[in-house]
Amino acid sequence: MILVIAEQRDGVLNRATWEAIAAAQQLAGGDDLQMALLGAEPGAAAQELAAAGAGEIVTVTNAALEPYTPDGYVLALADLIGTAKPQVVALAHTYQARDFAPMLAARVRIPLVTDVTGFTGTGTQATFIRPMFQGKLAAEVRPTGAACLVTFQIGAFRADGIQRGASASPVKNIAVTVDRSAIRQRPEAPFQEARQAVDLSQAARIVAVGRGIKAQDQLPVAETLAKAMGAELAASRPICDSGWLPMERQIGSSGQTVAPKLYVALGISGAIQHLVGMKGSRTIVAINKDADAPIFEVADYGIVGDLFEIVPALVAELQK
Amino acid sequence: MKIAVCIKQVPTREWQPRLRDDKTWIREQDASFEMNEPDAYALEESLRLREKHGGEVVVCAAGPSRVQHVLREALARGADRAIHVEDESLGSADAFVTAGALASAMADEKFDLVLTGLQSDDQGHGQTGVVLAERLGIPHSTIIMEIQIDAAAGTGEETRGMRVKRELEGGWFQWIGMPLPALLTIQSGINQLRYATLKGIMAAKKKEIRKVARPDGLEPSQQIVGLALPVRSKQTQMIPGSPAEAAKELVRRLRDEARAL
Repeated sequence: MILVIAEQRDGVLNRATWEAIAAAQQLAGGDDLQMALLGAEPGAAAQELAAAGAGEIVTVTNAALEPYTPDGYVLALADLIGTAKPQVVALAHTYQARDFAPMLAARVRIPLVTDVTGFTGTGTQATFIRPMFQGKLAAEVRPTGAACLVTFQIGAFRADGIQRGASASPVKNIAVTVDRSAIRQRPEAPFQEARQAVDLSQAARIVAVGRGIKAQDQLPVAETLAKAMGAELAASRPICDSGWLPMERQIGSSGQTVAPKLYVALGISGAIQHLVGMKGSRTIVAINKDADAPIFEVADYGIVGDLFEIVPALVAELQK
Repeated sequence: MKIAVCIKQVPTREWQPRLRDDKTWIREQDASFEMNEPDAYALEESLRLREKHGGEVVVCAAGPSRVQHVLREALARGADRAIHVEDESLGSADAFVTAGALASAMADEKFDLVLTGLQSDDQGHGQTGVVLAERLGIPHSTIIMEIQIDAAAGTGEETRGMRVKRELEGGWFQWIGMPLPALLTIQSGINQLRYATLKGIMAAKKKEIRKVARPDGLEPSQQIVGLALPVRSKQTQMIPGSPAEAAKELVRRLRDEARAL
């Protein structure tokens, strides 16, 4: 049996959970699938999961599981895994999974393979593919032992690839005991730093800069191109970390996710955290001095060279 | 406060991948190495916490002898001493083995706070810090952007421990209260890095690096059976020529082929 741990916040399923279910179906190769949903009460998210008819839903309920804490989740899930003994436990590689899955793996002493983008074989016989060295290499990885945990990279599997059942799946509730005093984290309410003044997700074209721009006073090079293309200016994380552009213009897993008509990546190597935020763009152009930069893996058009020579030439061409 | 910061040595960003003949690891002799970037931010944060609250910063690493370079660098930036779990096999070790090796060397030190980067730029499991917390029996929080230590922490007085700002997805954040001791994985960009001064480099030469042998009984949880250049998901059209020629051709294709302009 393969157990998918679904993710919800305030009763709303994380969209990446559907991708994890699609991946888990392929990985199961006909074996049973179960979906676990943790929280204070089963709620609407369980019905939404059940409607897909992909396998039995197990709601694991306790008031101490709301809000999410790694300690609470690991206490509840270690119990569930001990009882249900799944061959594979599958999750989406979200920030929440990154927070508790390694602790869960260490607690139940089962290998954890993270950020998986593909696999061959099924169940515990599978060989998993995951990026290493910032995406410069793809590794084939085999977990040792009779069971494993796997997190699937967001965007690597298509949610619409789910094989839906003819009828809704049954929902079973397990009320677990979670000792609240054993939860050591005291989370406060989530908040946004500043109101997002720039909604990059609505932009038709985006020119994004990365480390290759080298210095803050070089930014006008990119700004000029953005203007000539009628594009919004955005950046990869290191640029915003350095304070060269405001955080609200950051693209990637910790910033905004965009899918414009045109995405131009200037001096961006293409770390996976950046790629997940932009690889859905319709046309991607990469300009980078390093021909092996991972950004070229997702680009439709690539130019290898010095952006400080190429960008002014592009601006001149656009203004002709 | 007694603070540990775990650092890893990884190939530099400029490194071009070359594989060992068996294609299960890289040719390390061709690579140049540097401090894992998120770990550099963790180190900087530990130095800032020491400046504010006093105490000691101990850098810890598990890896082959080459790792000494980044330990010296951390000492030059201001760490007080270092612990090195040294074994040639640790260069390509998975997260369970690395965390197990670190835990055995760190357990007796009874650190108040352990910081790590959120993931490594080589294998990138994103697990070592969290697994280490579990092995040390202390709570953790991940992807941290700010740390507020309660003034009473470490004084023996009653303390609320600390409050940490955790990054969530899509521009959201969350404050989390936690007791000490605890482990935090640090997000890049939490602070502005400092670099070693000449004085720091000189001082680092006299600082202690305690070497510890790899403990017995650490079993790998996963094996790399193959490494390869990633398969392209798209057919990328590379546009050659001088900057002017390439620019002209790109604009033409964006207008006529992609209809993106």
